[in-house]
Amino acid sequence: MLSVEHLSKSFGGVAAMSDVSLKFEQGSLTAVIGPNGAGKTTFFNLITGAFRPDAGRILLGTENIAGLRAPEIVRRGIGRAFQIASIFPSLTVREAILGAVNAYRLWYAKLARRFPLAEAGSQADEVMELVGLDARAATLSGNLSHGDQKLLDIALALALEPQVLLLDEPTAGMGPEERWQMIDTVHQLWQRKPMTLIFIEHDMDIVFKYAQSIRVLSYGKVLAEGSPDDVRRNPHVIEAYLGTRFEGKPA
Amino acid sequence: MPRSTLTRDLLFAVGGLVLLVVLPLVFPGKAFSDFVIRLSAFAIYATSLNLLIGYGGMVSFGHGLFYGLGAYSFALLMQKMGTSIPLAFALTILVNGAVAAVIGAICIRLKEIYFSFLTLAFQMLLHSLIIAWTAVTGGDQGLTGGVPRPPFLGIRLDEPRHLYLFCCAVLVISLFLMRHLVQSPFGYTLRMIRDNPRRAEFLGIPVWRVRLLAFVAAGIFGGVGGMLISLFVSSAYPDFAYWTVSGEGVFMILLGGMKVFLGPLVGAAILLVLNDTVTRLTEHYSLVLGIVILVFALGLRSGLLGLVADLWTKRAARSWRIAQTPAQARTERQ
Repeated sequence: MLSVEHLSKSFGGVAAMSDVSLKFEQGSLTAVIGPNGAGKTTFFNLITGAFRPDAGRILLGTENIAGLRAPEIVRRGIGRAFQIASIFPSLTVREAILGAVNAYRLWYAKLARRFPLAEAGSQADEVMELVGLDARAATLSGNLSHGDQKLLDIALALALEPQVLLLDEPTAGMGPEERWQMIDTVHQLWQRKPMTLIFIEHDMDIVFKYAQSIRVLSYGKVLAEGSPDDVRRNPHVIEAYLGTRFEGKPA
Repeated sequence: MPRSTLTRDLLFAVGGLVLLVVLPLVFPGKAFSDFVIRLSAFAIYATSLNLLIGYGGMVSFGHGLFYGLGAYSFALLMQKMGTSIPLAFALTILVNGAVAAVIGAICIRLKEIYFSFLTLAFQMLLHSLIIAWTAVTGGDQGLTGGVPRPPFLGIRLDEPRHLYLFCCAVLVISLFLMRHLVQSPFGYTLRMIRDNPRRAEFLGIPVWRVRLLAFVAAGIFGGVGGMLISLFVSSAYPDFAYWTVSGEGVFMILLGGMKVFLGPLVGAAILLVLNDTVTRLTEHYSLVLGIVILVFALGLRSGLLGLVADLWTKRAARSWRIAQTPAQARTERQ
């Protein structure tokens, strides 16, 4: 289980995150929503060690991982993909995923042997199949379409077999049809792999269709949390975030 | 893309060595063997720099430091301590590795241009040290008195043919080891860091440590190049550690191509040929070199060997497409 307690972070006097406490059940599928600048990405950055929190604890199981560096947190089983696909443009899809599989394991084998390590092959193939990039295995990552680059970014994180996977707007910059395809793929991943999946999403139709539970952030604070129905009915949420959109609809 | 296997690279290395052994039968002159010896020193040096630039994305402007350091520590060990050649080789590798670890630990914390300039600063520091420490280094005169070449294991490096074969062997072994390094999982980790260090970090890669290891490997092989040149000229000069050596390393990579493993070797050959022929014809060597570099920088970005490799893959792709039926080609494109 992943939980954060009293997490705070400010940048030059501006509080990006103040006293946030949240829990994410093992194996759950949770959406993090909130208006622009609510601190959603900051939240991910704090959990993954991109920023060091000013105060608070981040518990993965029973271990407090707050203050650890990014690679150390990754090794404890928290993977992430980025809002803007973060990939390795000059490697082929397969090379990149194989590289990710090898990323930090087998440190000493890395010098004595050849790339790719035979034992990494089946895992890489499985990951490519999971996200549906198997047909693109030999394509240079930099030549992939935007959607495929986003998939590759997720595949890289998956290659490490994370316990917790954080996806920062998996559907960002996509057309309507592509969005649903993407979120379908993500949903299938979550069903097939035993992991806690947390995603940031702006499209409320997607959020309410797929998320088991929702966390709403606003101005760096938790505005609401709970099941989609709870959140939908929450007056604060309606006022602060969903107001115009859900106006006139029965709550 | 065909995967490079250990066996293929070994065959390539053995083939290369055989070729180098046979070539003097065709070109028996001293000019040729001298050329190959100098080429071996520069090719190892340029390839080691390409570990940083081409594979690691770390553009060092001060790699000449390790060339100079290798030449001086080897020559001094031989001259002042009277060690055997294999021992001096091993100790020089240790010295270069240790110095690279210290300098690398400082430099790789910095990004891009700051990294480049700091490496350059360290190189000029070594150069000044060589000039100033006359008692040991001979100052701007270089080491006088020659580097002794005592025989070892039946190899007599004071004999030109032995020296030639020795340099060829060191060249092939060094290139093979570096090739292995870049084709290992470590080499691919290095490419990942070159492409996107931030992403690499979020895959659990200790970016700093991988970069440092690459820097140390480059420093060691840069020193091996320096050792060969000091064996050849039987001395060491401050010029070996001057910034122009670093510049030449970058030029060689640019001329041959940084994306192909043997690019720097080809680049070293081009630069040496240019140097030898142009200086014979005119005193305006720099002008000619400048123009050649300009042509490569503007029109031949991938370098000579890179161009050949590009043409080769295009040709292969074309003949593949011709061999297919149109229907196959369509599915291929999809």
